[in-house]
Amino acid sequence: LGCNIYSPDGRVFQIDYAGKAVENSGAMIGLKCKDGVVIGVEKLVMSKLLVEGSGRRVHPIGTHAGIGFTGYVADGRAVVSAARAEVENYEDYYGVDMPPHVLSDRLGHYFHAYTTYGGYRPFGLCTVIAAFDQEKQEAFLHMVDPAGTHYRYHGCAVGKSKQAANTVIEQLDLSNMTCEEGLKQIAYIIHTIREEEKDKPFEFEAGWVCKDTNNKFELVPKDIRDAASAWGKKKVEEMEMEDDESDDED
Amino acid sequence: RDAGQKRARGLDGTLGGDKGDGDMASVTSTVACTAAGTDEPNTRTLQPIVTGTSVVAVKYNGGVMMAADTLGSYGGLARFTEVERICKAGEETLVACDGDYSDWQHIGKIIKELEVEDRCVADNITHTPHQYWSCLTRILYHRRSKMNPLWNSLVIAGYSDDAAFLGTTDKIGTSYEADYVATGLGLHMALPVLRRKWKEGMSEEEARALVEDCMRVLFYRDCRTINRIMFAKVDKHGQKIFEPSPIPTNWSFRSFVDPSGP
Repeated sequence: LGCNIYSPDGRVFQIDYAGKAVENSGAMIGLKCKDGVVIGVEKLVMSKLLVEGSGRRVHPIGTHAGIGFTGYVADGRAVVSAARAEVENYEDYYGVDMPPHVLSDRLGHYFHAYTTYGGYRPFGLCTVIAAFDQEKQEAFLHMVDPAGTHYRYHGCAVGKSKQAANTVIEQLDLSNMTCEEGLKQIAYIIHTIREEEKDKPFEFEAGWVCKDTNNKFELVPKDIRDAASAWGKKKVEEMEMEDDESDDED
Repeated sequence: RDAGQKRARGLDGTLGGDKGDGDMASVTSTVACTAAGTDEPNTRTLQPIVTGTSVVAVKYNGGVMMAADTLGSYGGLARFTEVERICKAGEETLVACDGDYSDWQHIGKIIKELEVEDRCVADNITHTPHQYWSCLTRILYHRRSKMNPLWNSLVIAGYSDDAAFLGTTDKIGTSYEADYVATGLGLHMALPVLRRKWKEGMSEEEARALVEDCMRVLFYRDCRTINRIMFAKVDKHGQKIFEPSPIPTNWSFRSFVDPSGP
């Protein structure tokens, strides 16, 4: 069944299957905080032989935008190249940084194009975009799914256990949270949803565009990421201990 | 010269047909300097339009000092007086140009692309001054090989890995590194001064005074200058481009007062 074929109940199976590729992969979370946007990815490490830091999931696009992706990782590199070309082209023509909603729109079109031809397959990716809007002087968070639909978010989660992650995000007070705080919360959420895979190693990758980075997108340095991850892990353990205690009291 | 009179330019740069020299003609006829020879519109740079004049740069102990005036000449007209011909590249490098201003703006875009490339790879390694010099040289040489040059001479200065770097390239891609460089008329007027007065391990103040001397000579003698000089330096703390300012000049030299004198 190709992309150009509907199912009897009005779905395009290839797009649904692409969504499955996303659902089976590591979690990715984006949060729009009061001073910027931070995105984090749970990168499952397949083998002890892999060098830490290789096979990156979070990439800067130009100077003021960044992309994280989860799903079929090989597709990610193609999308990153396309996004970089779009940003460079826009800035060349218009002389200003590409606004986040325009980048999101262009990537949406790009993803969608691959769902309309029989010879193509959709990208097996959800792409989260964190970018700074020069005109509005504010950073925004967008996500594009394999079908090409894109929305602007306050907070979003994709990949494994995204329902659980979204539940936690809904309860966060994002408008009063800094990106540093947000990074810790992302680490906490990732540790929370990794119940079944506690033993499988993972790398925590993150990137942000915020006041502290001068409104440019940068990858979060390793020491900050490690500290956030340790904080998140400790908080999960504390929550578990509390649950155990309250169980004992009952 | 209109389309009908295009002639082949020989390997030594002369037009073979002029002298009626039979041997030259057989060599030059195989080397054409123009496309097709038809009435197609020109799509290559044949002459610079808005131009900048000389750049002078010297290495000193711990950095590189550079200067250029801020004039964009329109032929003989001193048309644009606040043109910036020195720009930063990354965190460690300065690039300055003389020659065509629109080609310089294009080079500015190339430099920005190299900076963005550094950002996107995000491995905490950025292009060194040597790499900027090498890349720009290749681009200039490539354009000249297509007979469509970027009509500039570039000076690339930087401080990286505890060492100062100074290199230059011109519109045909000739490039070299040196302790002191000058472009344009500076080659003729500033280099002799530099050869006499530059020494190893100068302080920043000495370097600035030396560069200022060169710019002064150029202001006296180069018709396409103005007395509004932009100095710039790069050292281990990074780049600094100073606000353009005039330099003191002295017009009471005898040969200025009475040029016809003995």
